[in-house]
Amino acid sequence: MTVIEEFQKTSHHFSKQRPTHDAGEPILRVENLSLKYPNGYAIEDLTFEVGKGERLAVVGPNGAGKSTLFKIIAGVLNPTSGKVDIYGQSPGGHICIAYVSQRNQVDWNFPVTVADVVMMGRIGQLGLFRNPGSRDKKAVRKALQVVGLEKLANRQINQLSGGQQQRMFIARSLAQEAELMLMDEPTSGLDVSSQEEIFNVLDRLREEEVTVLLSLHDLKTAAEKFDRVMLLNIRLLGLGKPKEVLKPDNLVAAYHGHLHRVETEDGLLAVGDSCCDDEFPAP
Amino acid sequence: MTDFLLTPLQYGFMARGLVAAMMVGTVCAVVGCYVVLRGMAFFGDALAHAILPGIAVGYLVGGGARQPLFWWALLAAVISSLGIGAISRLTKINEDTAIGIVFAGAFALGVALISSVRSYPVDLAHFLFGDVLGVRPQDLILIAVLGGLVLLVILAFYKEFMVLSFDPVLAATLRLPVRILEALMLVLIAVTIVVSLQTVGVALMVAMLVTPAATAFLLTRRLPVMMALGALIASVSGIAGLYLSYYLSIASGAAIVLTCTAVFGIVWVAQTLHKRIFTTA
Repeated sequence: MTVIEEFQKTSHHFSKQRPTHDAGEPILRVENLSLKYPNGYAIEDLTFEVGKGERLAVVGPNGAGKSTLFKIIAGVLNPTSGKVDIYGQSPGGHICIAYVSQRNQVDWNFPVTVADVVMMGRIGQLGLFRNPGSRDKKAVRKALQVVGLEKLANRQINQLSGGQQQRMFIARSLAQEAELMLMDEPTSGLDVSSQEEIFNVLDRLREEEVTVLLSLHDLKTAAEKFDRVMLLNIRLLGLGKPKEVLKPDNLVAAYHGHLHRVETEDGLLAVGDSCCDDEFPAP
Repeated sequence: MTDFLLTPLQYGFMARGLVAAMMVGTVCAVVGCYVVLRGMAFFGDALAHAILPGIAVGYLVGGGARQPLFWWALLAAVISSLGIGAISRLTKINEDTAIGIVFAGAFALGVALISSVRSYPVDLAHFLFGDVLGVRPQDLILIAVLGGLVLLVILAFYKEFMVLSFDPVLAATLRLPVRILEALMLVLIAVTIVVSLQTVGVALMVAMLVTPAATAFLLTRRLPVMMALGALIASVSGIAGLYLSYYLSIASGAAIVLTCTAVFGIVWVAQTLHKRIFTTA
């Protein structure tokens, strides 16, 4: 990142200039994307497209590059080669992309309320030296309503349950007016009913044509709740309808030895890496 | 009681010291909120020590004048914080260790430079532990102007700094100029330290940055309230500390810091007792 880019960001933040959205282009196009570290590839040669309003699950073992991929798409991390296009342009200037961090990456004792955190999503729209107005407060209220947290708006954030914390982040992305949401394992560590609440919220997002990329460990959920599934282990091992992608051959290629075969009623094969056995509800 | 409070004020140095302690306390506590929330206490401590060579050079060059002291100290602070960043970015040494290396090296350089002067023990003590009762009117103006400037910058970038401290990834996806804001934050901490130098000195500086803000952190769950409360605690501690120093004849910087620490202790104990009493059936 150069100094010039930093100053461009400052002026964009000041003037609120943002790239335009070309409706003819797919919301996300990734071409030959690689990130290489001295000890090997984090992701290698990924190429795919995602259409507006789609809901895509990204599955793969730990270290498969799911978080890396999301961070590159969000424009937080730079790839070694290849490119990411958001509506046909690089992600650098877009503020329509939301990255929902894993919950353990935030200090929950930070002295802010739920509404404060959701308001943080408005800062891109606000720009420099402007304080939130009635329009921003309205956007925050509406976002909290969508995720069902309006009654907890004035709570301190460490008083929320895991599922509520995750929904607060979704509300923040809504306040940001994000069109592309990247969610990094939002369901991990949550009980079944909290997971269900999150998917209910995601159903409401679909009505608003928000595109969602969500990484998760639970292949059964991936198969049931998503239009398409991406199987990732550094390289792209499959992308398409769950039935076409989650086949034994592909899964063995992705997970190597860490296989757990579980037959469910509809004959689906559930697979996980050894670390996350407890996240698989018994069929 | 009135006598008790008013007698010390007959002395101009005491009145100036009180005003200085209040202003410094306010600025330190507000900046200190970010230091506490971002876990930068060690960095703050190191930066305070690392300005010593700057002070020494200013002192040797200026022959006792205060103004050059200030600018040299600020220069030393900026160079050290850049140096820490460069070492942790360009080598495999982590930031914590880089801070240790720069801090100790710079501090030693400062001591070495000051030791070349004959009145070395007295002067070194002033820089290390502060000399709030030696504050002159023009120093007050400098503290007011620069302290006010620091507070204005924090007010102007309040929401950006909050996002940067709470969730750096969000700051990046909102396309905030993260690097510039980070650098600005370091400069604010540096200016705060240099402005506060005369009150508590290099060695005790970190207490002014951290203790009142941490006390306020125990008492509230909102950032603006934490800043206001921290400023109040620091100002009151500054005044109480100076009176203590006057009546007990103890060093002023130490008295101020001890008062801050005592307030923290009282709040902590009171809160623990309060929880015990009201949560058990």
